[in-house]
Amino acid sequence: MYAYTDFDANFLNERNAQFRSQVERRIDGSLTEDEFKPLRLMNGLYLQLHAYMLRVAIPYGTLNGAQMHKLADIADKWDKGYGHFTTRQNIQYNWPELRDVPDMLDALAEVNMHAIQTSGNTIRNVTADHFAGAAADEIADPRPVAELIRQWTTDHPEFQFLPRKFKIAVSGAAHDRAVLKAHDIGLQIVERDGERGYEVIIGGGLGRTPMIGKVLYDFVSSEDLLPTLEAVVSVYNLLGRRDNKYKARIKITVHENGIEDIRARVDARYALIRPQFTGVDQQMLSRIEADFAQPSFQTKSLAAFESAYTNDPVFRAWADTNLADHRETGYAIVSISLKAHGATPGDATSEQMRVMAELAKTYGHDELRISHEQNVILPHVHRADLPALHAALKAAALGTANIGLISDIIACPGMDYCALATARSIPIAQEIATRFDALKLEHEVGPLKIKISGCINACGHHHVGHIGILGLDRAGVENYQITLGGDGTEDAAIGERAGPGFSADGIIPAIERLVMGYLDLRSEPSETFLQTYRRLGLAPFKAVLYPEGKANAA
Amino acid sequence: MAKSFKPSVITANALLEGDVVYLQGDVWVRTLEAAEILTDEADAEIRLLEASARVEEVVGVYLSAVDTTGDTTKTTHFREAFRATGPSNYAHGKQESA
Repeated sequence: MYAYTDFDANFLNERNAQFRSQVERRIDGSLTEDEFKPLRLMNGLYLQLHAYMLRVAIPYGTLNGAQMHKLADIADKWDKGYGHFTTRQNIQYNWPELRDVPDMLDALAEVNMHAIQTSGNTIRNVTADHFAGAAADEIADPRPVAELIRQWTTDHPEFQFLPRKFKIAVSGAAHDRAVLKAHDIGLQIVERDGERGYEVIIGGGLGRTPMIGKVLYDFVSSEDLLPTLEAVVSVYNLLGRRDNKYKARIKITVHENGIEDIRARVDARYALIRPQFTGVDQQMLSRIEADFAQPSFQTKSLAAFESAYTNDPVFRAWADTNLADHRETGYAIVSISLKAHGATPGDATSEQMRVMAELAKTYGHDELRISHEQNVILPHVHRADLPALHAALKAAALGTANIGLISDIIACPGMDYCALATARSIPIAQEIATRFDALKLEHEVGPLKIKISGCINACGHHHVGHIGILGLDRAGVENYQITLGGDGTEDAAIGERAGPGFSADGIIPAIERLVMGYLDLRSEPSETFLQTYRRLGLAPFKAVLYPEGKANAA
Repeated sequence: MAKSFKPSVITANALLEGDVVYLQGDVWVRTLEAAEILTDEADAEIRLLEASARVEEVVGVYLSAVDTTGDTTKTTHFREAFRATGPSNYAHGKQESA
């Protein structure tokens, strides 16, 4: 992974010293809250419902064991012994005190981590396919270019006060695991005539006005990528609306002006700035690529794996759901579920973090990933080591076999923590998972993505859930709207609203009716929920969701 | 026509700890039960202005309506109820000291 240079380390130390001084000046009264707020947000510090919240960047979701250990130590020393992994591959601490935050940032800097640009109207943490560098279906590892983009965006003088926040994701695989089409810019690594380049998708986003991204360019060469990105953000910076927060994202700029108009403006801007890019970025990219050399894979006997797979049904169930194909023969990509039934989605205790860090060191070439689906990935594990790995995960309550199933739910923090939320998300996720675990139905139901947001801003990605749940405040009562048929992959689709919302008590039975209805509607057991929905449309699902006389109008 | 004034408390987040506080006299207290109930609108407005000026102690000061008809002070919106008690997934925040 990327190794910090002296420049990086000095930059971070200087930045942390600045923030320490800003905190001191806020506490001694030299800075007002209005003056301090944009400064703390630039450094990832929010003031939430019950406490401050520090959001730490995990660039493109990649961590090593030492970094995961440090996250655990920070959780113990300055928080409540746990952390919350988010849909932007970040980690959030829910309980820091203001005076401690500078020390937390210094501790992070010891392992080359920071909280810069995890908030504010800047270019946020760059996300990537969480199977990057390991996936069997990948053209190239997206992380080197994601790192280049991180360096380009960090403290970029032109882009510190954008009309609104700006999110970039990169993938190098055919199957989109990074929700590219719901990003301000999505970059897909492609090949044309043997040359590697990028498809550039812009104007996607969820939130109040969900939009699927549009292709701006179907092929941009590697040396043209940064000038192209700079031109796009530059055009948005000038053209994006600053009069209305709800219309300020680039998706609205693209929607209101049209992709052709935006392309013409980007072309013009690109022509102007292209000469400034003299190829230094490509030299930097080559250096970064060397840091992401693949690990030295080994050959081992698969006897232990095959024996466990044949004889241990618990191991087999886990292997069937939590493993993905690795490009290297004999290896697997392991997804560690942070969705134990009834637990808070995305939360890990400090002890669990340490277990995962040690397992990564022992069995996984010291690499971990955080997925936007709020799980932890060990990208390179030899199948021979899987039985021992699984036993250790089970002992740490990390052995849940539910990746991609109904209880593998994305949920934002919702009104249990978030100052913007209009309803809770976490208890809904907990209850759905607990209910379907009791019914012993989730393997029968098969692949099904439920995503829950506690407000219209859609941090829980509900628009692209096969079943999306949106928590709202309806006349002072929590109310939950269901959307159906959303999809966050290369076939991206925004879910359709099913009808009136449900009360907190009514939403779990509603989801149960929906899933039971699907089991009746599917043509055969291999037809997934999403396939069935696409074949039949909304009507039959609506009929099971709102049986006659039981409609619970919002 | 202006809405009639409802009994209210003054609430904010503490600058250093970030947790929810309520005003009682001149003192910021940590529980809703200990908060001073303001029943006169003119008085409440003045107290709010004074409290908002205490920028070295608190952030985001506002008036929050409460229900005083029962034995204990109750919030009138679920958001305020969560602020008063803490998150529902762990016994953290105010539930730890309760």
